Amino acid sequence: MEIATNPTDTPFSIIMPKPIDHENSSDQIVQPDRETVGIPFVKHPRMSCRDVVVRYGDKQAINSISIDVGKNEALAMIGPSGCGKSTFLRCLNRMNDTIPSCRVEGSICLDGIDIYDPATDVVPLRARVGMVFQKPNPFPKSIYDNVAYGPQIHGLTSTKAELDTIVETSLSKAGLWDEVKDRLQEPGTGLSGGQQQRLCIARAIAVSPEVILMDEPCSALDPIATAKVEELIAELRTQYSIVIVTHAMQQAARVSQRTAYFHLGDLVEVGATDKVFTNPLHKLTEDYITGRFG
Amino acid sequence: MYPYILPCIVILSVAFYLLGARRANSIAVFYGGTKNLHSLPSHYGLYSAICCALPPILVFVLWRIFEETFITSSLSQSLPQEYLTLSANELTLVYNEIKNVALGGFGANSSNQVIKDAATLYLANLHSARNLVCALIVVLGIIPPLFALKHISKDLRARNIVENIGMAVLIACSAVAILTTVGIVLSVIFEALHFFKAVPVSDFLFGLKWSPQVAMRADQAGSSGAFGAVPVFLGTFLIASIAMSVAIPIGLLSAIYLSEYATNRTRTLVKPILEILAGIPTVVYGFFAALTVAPLIRDIGTALGCSVSSESALAAGLVMGIMIIPFVSSLSDDVIHAVPQTMRDGSLALGATHFETIRNVIIPAALPGIVGSILLAISRALGETMIVVMAAGLSANLTFNPLTAVTTVTVQIVTLLVGDQEFDSPKTLAAFALGLLLFIFTLILNIIALKIVRRYREQYE
Ligand SMILES: Nc1ncnc2c1ncn2[C@@H]1O[C@H](COP(=O)(O)OP(=O)(O)OP(=O)(O)O)[C@@H](O)[C@H]1O
Ligand SMILES: [Mg+2]
Repeated sequence: MEIATNPTDTPFSIIMPKPIDHENSSDQIVQPDRETVGIPFVKHPRMSCRDVVVRYGDKQAINSISIDVGKNEALAMIGPSGCGKSTFLRCLNRMNDTIPSCRVEGSICLDGIDIYDPATDVVPLRARVGMVFQKPNPFPKSIYDNVAYGPQIHGLTSTKAELDTIVETSLSKAGLWDEVKDRLQEPGTGLSGGQQQRLCIARAIAVSPEVILMDEPCSALDPIATAKVEELIAELRTQYSIVIVTHAMQQAARVSQRTAYFHLGDLVEVGATDKVFTNPLHKLTEDYITGRFG
Repeated sequence: MYPYILPCIVILSVAFYLLGARRANSIAVFYGGTKNLHSLPSHYGLYSAICCALPPILVFVLWRIFEETFITSSLSQSLPQEYLTLSANELTLVYNEIKNVALGGFGANSSNQVIKDAATLYLANLHSARNLVCALIVVLGIIPPLFALKHISKDLRARNIVENIGMAVLIACSAVAILTTVGIVLSVIFEALHFFKAVPVSDFLFGLKWSPQVAMRADQAGSSGAFGAVPVFLGTFLIASIAMSVAIPIGLLSAIYLSEYATNRTRTLVKPILEILAGIPTVVYGFFAALTVAPLIRDIGTALGCSVSSESALAAGLVMGIMIIPFVSSLSDDVIHAVPQTMRDGSLALGATHFETIRNVIIPAALPGIVGSILLAISRALGETMIVVMAAGLSANLTFNPLTAVTTVTVQIVTLLVGDQEFDSPKTLAAFALGLLLFIFTLILNIIALKIVRRYREQYE
């Protein structure tokens, strides 16, 4: 039952590739083609999602997905455009709350606590689960204030010097410091698209979230900046968990430990990244990564 | 003929449009399809129609402008010698009388034989001149378009010509707006200069007493006339600032509620209701202020033991504030609503609360529009007259106390010009000076606002 992997290169051990136990399995509709193959679950998950269904109005965008995000793990999500990667990512810090037509079912837990529980306060949740969006969205503020905004509203610093340090380290980690250090007071919206994206990354890591969701963070970046962001992901992974959506397969291969392949709202396959790219279990995954899709 | 000349031009141009389009089509057939022509057949049609309409219209407009001068000058030779020695003003009166007799206007039954003769001559001249103009127009409406028709060929750049003429028309239209503004400003400036000949500028700008009653006769007592504009402007700004301190908070906060917290249904329900406030005639607000709010304030004042006059700046300002709420709220709601959702998401994703997001991200992003809406409201407040007349009184008190009666610039302008007035006394001319000063103030306000908005635009777009 257990899928054998090389235990030395995975920081987490693999448990059963089956969905969680259902008390009453008789009324379960069996959809073998929708069953996720591979290793969606890990032993000590940071976040665990079970039977997540997302609808926009009547349109179902995510069909019952179950997956874990491990500790100190970078999980890559790949898949064709419109398959629901962003939608699923936005579920993980309840950003979908802002879309009135959007309904989320199932359970998503952060450290064992259901984030969709009515008792859960969404504000601290989002401080713990940070997000970088697909399109850069800097605030109408100066570069400095863009990064300082998060620490300020959470009261992370007491002195200006501390704040300066946070701003500088965040910007350097995002690979932007050298380009903007002389014009911190200029508006963030005046930066180029790629610089804006790195500003948004700096802004997200400035509040030290425990889980960072990145939606195609490198789609507007040149190779040098991309390398810088990948370096950052590797560094952040030593303390935090990262979920990254990407269309660049090499990037997924470089930065992630596990890769999830989405297809039209289904989670088709999750597995150790090298396995998924060299030896995919599912036909759809194979077609996609060999470029036969579409 | 003359009254039908404009319809004639229209009919002619339609005819030439059709002819031009037809000729283009037949040329197109010869060359194998419209795609081989430089322009579309409709462009050729428009080209001939413009050639037909433009010269007659120009002639007609010029004629309308110069008709009067032309005809009267033709009369001047025929008038008896003694009339020619009259001064220009008196001569104008004579001409007016002739015209009235000729056209059967006011005072048409003159007994003066000279005038009667002149009137007959006037009519005759008018008719022959008009007939001449008509003939000219018809000729101009037919000959040029015939040449244009002949001119139509495969390579004629009709589209470019038509588009250039279209652009010229657009420029002419915007020139009308600009020239009107310039004309109004100039006339106000000239009248104000007349005023400043009678009253020194410094007296007007810095004088602390406003009582514009001037003595009609030398023996009249007590009305020397004082034209210090300070109390009037102080009253204006007092009332406007009371109004704005009501309208800005209420308008802005309700805009924030509507765009950020209200559900879509509430928004579509509440917003039109708020906008109805803007549709209530100001007279209605005026008597609401005078009959309801002012007594209420006086009663409250008396209960608290301070003296409140029955007409007070506070009453007018409060009601005016209510009146301009929709200017602030409706426009601000639109701009806040237009702030992209991604901006909100970015802030919320950092763990900001909804309120922090509004305060730190959404309001700054919407600021140019909000400033714009506030400025619109301020200019409404500065220009409002009715409410002030009814609720704040007419006496120009130099005071910061909102519980006393004050007056505003627009109210003073109205009282200065209402009724029979001679137009060269300082009293009436003072109205122009006040208007000019108010105009300068609002201009400065607008310039400041544009500066603010542009600064934020540069930063945030
Ligand atoms: N706000 C929304 N309202 C309605 N439908 C939506 C909304 N957002 C996304 N969808 C739909 O949900 C599906 C998944 O969209 P999603 O943005 O998650 O795709 P994606 O995998 O991120 O694609 P891409 O790689 O192009 O970013 C799409 O079919 C899309 O049309
Ligand atoms: Mg996406």
